[in-house]
Amino acid sequence: MTAPQSVGIVAPQTAHFAEPLPLRSGGTLAGYDLVYETYGTLNADRSNAVLVCHALSGSHHVAGVYADEPQNVGWWDNLVGPGKPLDTRKFFVIGVNNLGGCNGSAGPCALNPATGRPWGADFPFVTVEDWVDAQARLADRLGIARFAAVMGGSLGGMQALSWTLQYPERVGHAAVIASAPKLTAQNIAFNEVARQAILSDPDFHGGHYYEHGVVPARGLKLARMVGHITYLSDDAMAEKFGRSLRHGKAVYSYDVEFEIESYLRYQGDKFAGHFDANTYLLTTKALDYFDPAFSHGGDLTAALARAQADFLVVSFTTDWRFSPARSREIAYALMHNGRRVSYTEIDCPAGHDSFLLDDQQYHAVLTAWFDRIEV
Amino acid sequence: MRYDYEVIAEWIAPGEKVLDLGCGDGSLLRHLAEVRQICGYGVENDPEKLLACVKNGVNVIQMDLDKELEGFEDGFFDHVIMSFSLQAVHNTQGVLAEMLRVGREAVVSFPNFGYWRHRQSILNGRMPVSESLPHQWFNTPNIRFFTIADFEALCERNGIAIRERLAFDEGKLVLDEPNFLASAAVYRLGRD
Repeated sequence: MTAPQSVGIVAPQTAHFAEPLPLRSGGTLAGYDLVYETYGTLNADRSNAVLVCHALSGSHHVAGVYADEPQNVGWWDNLVGPGKPLDTRKFFVIGVNNLGGCNGSAGPCALNPATGRPWGADFPFVTVEDWVDAQARLADRLGIARFAAVMGGSLGGMQALSWTLQYPERVGHAAVIASAPKLTAQNIAFNEVARQAILSDPDFHGGHYYEHGVVPARGLKLARMVGHITYLSDDAMAEKFGRSLRHGKAVYSYDVEFEIESYLRYQGDKFAGHFDANTYLLTTKALDYFDPAFSHGGDLTAALARAQADFLVVSFTTDWRFSPARSREIAYALMHNGRRVSYTEIDCPAGHDSFLLDDQQYHAVLTAWFDRIEV
Repeated sequence: MRYDYEVIAEWIAPGEKVLDLGCGDGSLLRHLAEVRQICGYGVENDPEKLLACVKNGVNVIQMDLDKELEGFEDGFFDHVIMSFSLQAVHNTQGVLAEMLRVGREAVVSFPNFGYWRHRQSILNGRMPVSESLPHQWFNTPNIRFFTIADFEALCERNGIAIRERLAFDEGKLVLDEPNFLASAAVYRLGRD
C-alpha cells in the first residue's frame, strides 16, 4: 500500500448554465454559474464519478491546494486523494459550490445579471433539492449519467440522501455522514439565533450591505460562535480549553479571560472575514426546510422508498447537533425498504466536527466501503 | 464454515428478510446470501467485526444487543438469528422477546453447558474449556451459563414455541439425551 498523498495543486472551473432553473421557493434562476473542482480522471465508461457535497461553510474546494495559495487546503483533504479512503486513483471526484454560496457560484454576493449589481437579499431561497437539481445539470455537462457514489457530511449528507430520491437511477452508492432526515426544533433554534445575529446587525442593511461598502461582520461572527459551540462536544471543549484563564486569575473584565472565549472570538472573526452573511442565512434556511418525509405525512420509510442506491450511514457518538439517533432513523427507514445499508456509530470525542477528522475507524470503514464499489 | 450454518440455511426460504444479531464478520449472512439470496442485515457492536462486515459486503447495523431493537418494525423479518451469542448478552429474556417481535421466527444456537464433558470437567473441579466453550473463565465473553434443559424451561415459561431443535456433539447430530450428549443446540422458535 502506498502512503496517502495529496491530490496536489488544483484549480477551480466555472460552468455557466443558460437554461433557467425552477426553484422550490417559486420562480426560477434565469441563468447561473457553478464553480467546481475535480480530482482524478473520469474513466472511459464514465462510471467512476463521485460527487462530494459540502456543508454549511464548505465549498467546491474539497482537496488539494491552489498554486497561489499553498496554505488553502481543501476541507476534506484527509479523505480525498491517492491512497486515501476516497482514492482518486480509482475515482473521479467532483466538488461543487452550491447555489447561494459565496465561492464563485451564483449567490447573493455574485452579480445579478438583470441589474449588474450584487444579488444581495434578492437572491432567491434555494433548497437542498434545488442544489441537487443544479448538481445534476453539472453532471450532465460533464457527461456523467450515473454517479458511482454521492457523499456528504451534515448538510452535505442531506444532499446525498436527496440525490437518491430525486435521481434514484443516477446514484449507485450514497454515504450519508453526521446528517439527519430533518432538523429537530432545537437544531432549527440554533440556526434562528445565528440568523437573528446577522439580521439585527446594523451593517446588514436588509441584505444589501454590498452597496453600502460594509459587511455585517459582528452578526456573522456571533452566528459562527453559536454554531461552533454546537459543533463541539462538551468533553472536547473541556479537554481543549477547560476553565483555563489567560491571566491565570480572574481580572474582572469583558475582554478575553477564559481560553474558550479567545477560541470562539478567533473562529468568529476568521469566519466573518471570508464568508458571506447572506449565504449563511440562505444555507441555514435550506437546512431547516429539508424534510423529505413531510410530503409523506412524516413517514420516512415511505419517503425513502424511491431510493435505489446502496447506503453507508455514519454518525458520531459525541455529535449532539446531528445526533446518532437521527442517523439511525435514516438507516432503519432504508432497511425497512429492503435497501442495502450499513450503519456505524463512530466513537470519536470531537462532536459534530468529527466528520471532518481522520479518526482511524471512521476512515477504515469508508475505505472498505469505497473499495467494494465497482466502477 | 460453522456446522450450524447448514442447519440454519435449511430453515431459510429463498429471498427472505433475515436479521442476524451478533453477526460477527458477517460470514453467516454472506453464506445465506449466496445459497438463499436473502435480504440480510447484521447487528454488531464491535468496531473490528463491523469493519469486517463492510469488507465482506454485508449490511451491518451498529447497536448494542442488550438494548431493545427500538425503531425496528414488528414482524419485518422472516427470521431473526442469534448464532452462539445468546450466552453473551445480559438481557436474555428481552432479546428473545425482541427477536420474536421483529421476526416471524427466531433461530437461536448456543453452547450446552450441560454437555457431559463439561459436567466431567466441573466434577474434576475445573471450569469447562472445549471446542464449543473455547475460552478460559477469566477471558470468556460468555456471561450466561445455561443448558439445553434450562433454555427449554425458559421458552415454556415465556410462551416461546419450540418449532424445531437440532443438537450436536462437536458438529455431529445427537438424537438421544441431548442435554447430556450434545455440546450445542440450534433452535427454530416461534410465538405460541
